[in-house]
Amino acid sequence: MSNNVVLEMKNITKIYPNGVIANKDANLSVRESEIHALLGENGAGKTTLMKILFGIEHYTSGEILLNGKPIKVTSPLEAIDLGIGMVHQHFMLDERLTVTENIILGMEPKKGLSLDYKKATEMVKEVSEKYNFKVDPNKLVMDLSVGKKQKVEILKALIRGAKILILDEPTAVLTPQETSELFEQLETLKKQGHSIVFISHKLNEVKEICDRATVMRLGVYQGTYNIEDVTVKDLSRLMIGRDVVRSIEKKTQNLGDVVLKVDNLKVINDEGKIVVNDVNFAVRQGQILGIAGVEGNGQRELIDCITGLETTFVGKVSLHGLEDKQEFSVKNLRLNGMNHIPEDRLVYGVSSEASIQDNIISNRYDQADLNKGIFQDRKAITTLSNELIKQYQVKTDSKDTLVRMLSGGNMQKVVAAREMSTDMKILIADQPTRGIDVGTAAFIHDKIVELRDKGVAVLLVSADINEVMDVSDSLIVMYEGKIAAYFDSIKDLSQETLGEYMLGIKKMSEEEIRGATV
Amino acid sequence: MELFSIFLNPGFWFSLIRSSTPLIFAGMAALIASRSGITNMAIEGSMTLGALAAVVASWYFQNAWLGLLAAVLVGITIALFLAYFKLKMMADEILVAIALNLFATGASIFILFLLTGDKSNSSALNSLVLPTVSFAFLNNIPFIGQVINGQNILVYVAFISTFILNYFLFKTPMGLRIRSVGGNEHAAESVGVYVHKTKYIGLAISGMFAGLGGAFMSLGYMSLFTRGMVAGRGFIAIAAANVGGRSPIPTMFSAMLFGFFDNLGNNLQQFKVINEFVFMIPYIATIIMFAFSSYRRMTEKKRLNKKILASQKAE
Ligand SMILES: Nc1ncnc2c1ncn2[C@@H]1O[C@H](COP(=O)(O)OP(=O)(O)OP(=O)(O)O)[C@@H](O)[C@H]1O
Ligand SMILES: [Mg+2]
Repeated sequence: MSNNVVLEMKNITKIYPNGVIANKDANLSVRESEIHALLGENGAGKTTLMKILFGIEHYTSGEILLNGKPIKVTSPLEAIDLGIGMVHQHFMLDERLTVTENIILGMEPKKGLSLDYKKATEMVKEVSEKYNFKVDPNKLVMDLSVGKKQKVEILKALIRGAKILILDEPTAVLTPQETSELFEQLETLKKQGHSIVFISHKLNEVKEICDRATVMRLGVYQGTYNIEDVTVKDLSRLMIGRDVVRSIEKKTQNLGDVVLKVDNLKVINDEGKIVVNDVNFAVRQGQILGIAGVEGNGQRELIDCITGLETTFVGKVSLHGLEDKQEFSVKNLRLNGMNHIPEDRLVYGVSSEASIQDNIISNRYDQADLNKGIFQDRKAITTLSNELIKQYQVKTDSKDTLVRMLSGGNMQKVVAAREMSTDMKILIADQPTRGIDVGTAAFIHDKIVELRDKGVAVLLVSADINEVMDVSDSLIVMYEGKIAAYFDSIKDLSQETLGEYMLGIKKMSEEEIRGATV
Repeated sequence: MELFSIFLNPGFWFSLIRSSTPLIFAGMAALIASRSGITNMAIEGSMTLGALAAVVASWYFQNAWLGLLAAVLVGITIALFLAYFKLKMMADEILVAIALNLFATGASIFILFLLTGDKSNSSALNSLVLPTVSFAFLNNIPFIGQVINGQNILVYVAFISTFILNYFLFKTPMGLRIRSVGGNEHAAESVGVYVHKTKYIGLAISGMFAGLGGAFMSLGYMSLFTRGMVAGRGFIAIAAANVGGRSPIPTMFSAMLFGFFDNLGNNLQQFKVINEFVFMIPYIATIIMFAFSSYRRMTEKKRLNKKILASQKAE
């Protein structure tokens, strides 16, 4: 890191048309060759500040200086011209185009009238080699893993000559390996003189890779710190304004009947590959069964089967109370006490064009206590929504706000609030705290444990080692579609051992794994 | 059998190609609009007004080529109008298209009446038609020569433009941009593609094809404008483009398939089949083919997976 300041945002205030003050006198100063963390709770205004820098949103007042000169960024195009690139929290890729087409879109090399595909592919190869990003230029984006898609996004910015790169929660969707790969690449970029603004809720990562950190709370600038001078605890106190105690108190387990049982399950994905291969396990009342594993090892397909989203499979999934002759549909599963926090909140979790309230009641709109005869009981619904918004700390000014206007983490809170607040026998929690700040994540973990103490069975899927290890009672590790390990208790399990199973270095015998089914 | 003998007659195939032509033009119009992210349901109306404009200009200037030009201009104007309402006024494109189609029906009859005093056709206007083309070398090829030689010039234009559009869409920078604004406009915007401008271009091309289709109706397929002559071809074309996966060459073939039924209907009139039933054939065929192809597409993966899983179970 040099002391050369390349970018300065001064006293930025942003008021959205609906009156939300997302930034209030926010400051950010980024130096050459530095990785600069931008920290804050959900809704603190991080994304908004970066959208202003990238020309997607416009500040109400303030000033931006690039290399000491004041600039006006009115569109992403201008930002790109000024050497600013952004990788969004939710990707901006056309899934049906190839990697090359996505990257060179808008700056296509020509040969006569034609697009010079050969040259384009070479250009993509060249940048990806220069920065050591390995992606197949001819693949369709929809066939790529999340980690690879992110690389395409970063390449999109680099090929356009971005010197300042904004990464909005880049690691939220990455596996531990992909994360360390990304960090190596960010180090390379830094050495080559690029500056990176890094938004993350994972403070350990920030500590590991960043040089300095700017903290925001409720849109207000809290200060900029050298990472060496602060601890993770300091940072979280600055973000939240209080200490977060991060040790989960668990009562002794009180196991009951089996609620969910999976027998010899096999699933095939769209490319005809077997992605879940002979999986057997059972979850009982009062048990939190964690499923650890690097993302893409069959967890998604497994959960899709269990929750009724995918219906082509062989083997058996049985839910206590759901009779054999009953259809294995989402509605029937829900009626029989299965609640589900899905992995992809925008696709399965929320209807982003509907209000918070409508999203909250979408799994219980037909319950007797929310209806009066054939009409909805608006009063009861309002009370319920306000109650849940408060309890789950959804940052919004009204229950009628459209979910689309919420920050990423606050959308996730809406899903959690809905799924954890009805009676249930089993909760399927798939990455329940993705993109959620430490404070609320702790709250959700406590809630999960509370449900377990009440006798609910919980299946917790997470790519975050800390999360599965902190919360689960027992643990399954998935590797290449199979169960690679089963731990009845995780007391003596170390992160290193777990890591070895996740990476397929170690594998348990059939005998040992059988423990999962009883 | 008598019915079968229809297919041995080169005349049947000759007119199949002829009656596929407006569907190909309209199919291209439908697919390029859809690729740019706007459903152009106004093709039907554009073809109607285009067909009328073609006759009127051809009569007025006594030049069929100027008739063709007029039809194209009308088509482009209507498509840009649709795009403007969708992009600038944030209106629903389907509702705007319905309004445009209703307008086209009414306006075409009104204009026809003003010019001729007749509300059903333009036989009072001695408009010129576009030339047919013969290639001497084709005469030597039996059957095929009879089928493809001597067609109206726009027939050849239709087939050739399919390939040009294919090249444009998949091999040129503008084609890529059009596909990207229809695919994920935020992605396109994030790299500085002018989304609106690109959509206007896509729609202008769509309008041009609709105009060509209209011109063929009144300057080639027939030699005058008659009320209701487009007869739903603009809508069938949307189905054809979908069956063809929104790609020009498959769309051309699916348009020909629809043309086949259209033509079959015409030929069946010689037999003692109830007229009304015959007229239904192309439309019923449309519904069946459309349902079938979307069902296939929907279940393709599922069927494949079931098969693999079944073989797994047997092991
Ligand atoms: N388009 C919008 N219209 C109105 N309000 C918005 C809009 N986008 C964001 N907001 C509000 O602005 C505030 C800041 O949101 P922002 O997305 O910047 O938060 P964030 O710090 O990125 O949070 P997270 O960590 O959850 O992603 C939130 O209260 C949010 O509800
Ligand atoms: Mg954000």
